[in-house]
Amino acid sequence: MVAPTNVPVSPIFGRLTLESLPFHEPILVATFAVVATGGIVVLGLLTYFRLWGYLWKEWFTSVDHKKIGIMYMVLGIIMLLRGFADAVMMRLQQAMAFNGSDGYLPAHHYDQVFTAHGVIMIFFVAMPLVTGLMNYVVPLQIGARDVSFPFLNNFSFWMTVGGAVLIMMSLFIGEFAKTGWLAYPPLSGISYSPDVGVDYYIWGLQVAGVGTTLSGVNLICTIVKMRAPGMTMMKMPVFTWTSLCTNVLIVATFPVLTAVLALLSLDRYVGTNFFTSDLGGSPMLYVNLIWIWGHPEVYILVLPAFGIFSEVTSTFTGKRLFGYTSMVYATVVITILSYLVWLHHFFTMGSGASVNSFFGITTMIISIPTGAKMFNWLFTMYRGRIRFEVPMMYTVAFMLTFAVGGMTGVLLAVPPADFVLHNSLFLVAHFHNVIIGGVVFGLFAGIYFWFPKAFGFRLDPFWGKMSFWFWLVGYWFAFTPLYVLGLMGVTRRLRVFDDPSLQIWFQIAAFGAFLVALGILSFIIQIGVSILKRDQLRDTTGDPWDARTLEWATSSPPPDYNFAFTPVIHDSDAWWDMKKRGYKRPLTGYKPIHMPKNTGTGVLLAACSVAMGFGLIWYMWWLAALSFIALVAIAIGHTFNYNRDFDIPADVVTRTEEERTRLLASQVNA
Amino acid sequence: MSTAVTPQSGEPVFYEVDEHPHPEGHSTSLGFWIYLMSDCLIFAMLFAAFGVLGGNYAAGPGPKDLFDLNLVAINTAMLLFSSITYGFAMLEMVKGNTSKVLLWLAITGLFGLAFLGIELYEFHHMIHEGAGPQRSAFLSSFFTLVGTHGLHVTFGLIWLVTLMVQVSRKGLILANQRRLMCLSMFWHFLDVIWIGVFTFVYLMGVLR
Repeated sequence: MVAPTNVPVSPIFGRLTLESLPFHEPILVATFAVVATGGIVVLGLLTYFRLWGYLWKEWFTSVDHKKIGIMYMVLGIIMLLRGFADAVMMRLQQAMAFNGSDGYLPAHHYDQVFTAHGVIMIFFVAMPLVTGLMNYVVPLQIGARDVSFPFLNNFSFWMTVGGAVLIMMSLFIGEFAKTGWLAYPPLSGISYSPDVGVDYYIWGLQVAGVGTTLSGVNLICTIVKMRAPGMTMMKMPVFTWTSLCTNVLIVATFPVLTAVLALLSLDRYVGTNFFTSDLGGSPMLYVNLIWIWGHPEVYILVLPAFGIFSEVTSTFTGKRLFGYTSMVYATVVITILSYLVWLHHFFTMGSGASVNSFFGITTMIISIPTGAKMFNWLFTMYRGRIRFEVPMMYTVAFMLTFAVGGMTGVLLAVPPADFVLHNSLFLVAHFHNVIIGGVVFGLFAGIYFWFPKAFGFRLDPFWGKMSFWFWLVGYWFAFTPLYVLGLMGVTRRLRVFDDPSLQIWFQIAAFGAFLVALGILSFIIQIGVSILKRDQLRDTTGDPWDARTLEWATSSPPPDYNFAFTPVIHDSDAWWDMKKRGYKRPLTGYKPIHMPKNTGTGVLLAACSVAMGFGLIWYMWWLAALSFIALVAIAIGHTFNYNRDFDIPADVVTRTEEERTRLLASQVNA
Repeated sequence: MSTAVTPQSGEPVFYEVDEHPHPEGHSTSLGFWIYLMSDCLIFAMLFAAFGVLGGNYAAGPGPKDLFDLNLVAINTAMLLFSSITYGFAMLEMVKGNTSKVLLWLAITGLFGLAFLGIELYEFHHMIHEGAGPQRSAFLSSFFTLVGTHGLHVTFGLIWLVTLMVQVSRKGLILANQRRLMCLSMFWHFLDVIWIGVFTFVYLMGVLR
């Protein structure tokens, strides 16, 4: 191994020593104290209320797509708090570090903060939230009882958690990468980043990446093979369509990320010369490869958000979606084009005028299908009876905000303009504009929209509106100044500033971050308040919004088996069609339902992967080897279990369905 | 799907009264195909890296100095034969002949082992001559591409042994037939990748 040899590597602890624990960083010690205390309180409460068995049996080992979906959402929201804490730290640092002040973050800490912010927000906030919604909603929308590979689904989830665990460990054991969220070499190579930071980055993403790829395969199969009878491709709900395209993109791009990170780790561990500056290596190859994954990734995130907006718009305007077919084609075109634009992330690399023009033009072309979608939503709203519930408010805010982000995107797609704006705060403002205005608003709309389906009661609208307004206004306060600063030539990732005239803009941006903090706080209060007021907010009908697609045909929350009888579909708005044409819920003739069994194998495999990652990060070769052997052995052992299904007996189905009949009747009488 | 409306009244049908069976493993071959394509992309990236870096010898040895085409030809033959013998195993599986399936699987495994042995010998020889993966970007990408293929073959062999145990224990039940089919696709997929490696890395390398 050509590891950095100045650090002694012990055979047992590798390069992990007591100095690796950040006792000398008061901020980290305080954070650790808070996290540890909170963690101990949570663990204590779980033990006190004897919830471990329940959690293990009903949740952790569950292969039910609904429970896995909810667990993804919980993971995403927890990680949002971490990622947002990083954001606040950056905003404070940049607002303070003027007039000779160094701010409060030392350089090596600040660099970790901006790297961790990007990595966490993309991989462990946006991805779990998007995957969670797809997991929860897609099988219900297509009238299926679960996904194609339920065990794989559970395994994928735990691998995502495993990646998040590794990233979180880096906060208190060692350090995180100081390279920026894509870890460009040669900076991320072993000579310039000899510490564990980049290794945490690599193994965190590799472990989570396995989960993401497999969940992509799983959802594609589910959508292709498990649609209810009558649901042809062009009768699928738009959210299912966008999910299909997103998962195609996942399967078509995450292997690229896996490969490029594997090459980077070979450079770091074995001493190969893929991305080094000598012996024929090419750092530019890394930049190309990682963006071949990276650009489709932003469409992986935003396409499902487009799907959510489509469902929300047609539901809350009480109209069929305008231009369903064009919406589908626009989605597919975006899917294909997203693979042909990656080079616009580095026009300044010097590929020459022809190459830059090609990628500039493909980038601009993407705005055409996106614009078509925008008009479809507008025409759906036109002459509709719009109900301004929270999801609809997010949709309108999205259309206004995202349009600006799209326009600055087209501006950046012009190579000569990009030469001025490359790596400036204008770029930072642009991608936050589309990710917050598109993905985050979409996710909040989706959470508010489908929450009653998942839990049987709606979210409190007052706190939902508080959260909405704080997020919207906070976004504009936080990022408009960055557009201004970017146009003035301020580059990203700076820790201190010389020009005092810039400070006011950073202070406005910090104020914006404070408003967003209130938005997140309101969101958490909203969940608490809704749980307390759940009886007032109860949804007994299963269809609280008078909605249109199949997930609203079953009860809220749906039974384990989703639908007692497999639905037959005649229209893209299947549930609307059923309501209009006098569908009567079947009350007798229930049959036993075949379902997959729970299993703890996914948790074990992910735990082994985390241990292996940890061993590799700290050069504890014995740990890496042992956990790898355990991983393979457990996986093989799992294949010897042929008995993976069971039948829900007919009388259990009958009891569940009669309970619902009673609920629906009480609703009518009241 | 057969009944969109009830024949008598013309009322639309909104659900199926009879349980509509999803046979176990109904999506497995599609899922496995998609997985293989994702794996194919990993190889595509490694080929791309080799394409970009394959000429960067860094004043070190090039393909002409290192590759022994005779050895590679034998190696290729081993892998191609293993694909044929896997095909024979599948034919016996269709006939339901458990012991012959096991026999052909064992022969496939031996060919696979021979392939790996020759590859390891080649690697060892190159490293011994000072042409290890650290020597130049060309050698980094060569070892990674060929080595990743070799790793796949290794996992294929572990899988093959596992399946042989499972077939001998449970016989050719449907679940095992499905697994044999998946491994078959995996094994032939590795063959296809190897043909790419043989052509682009070895043959065209020597011409370069």
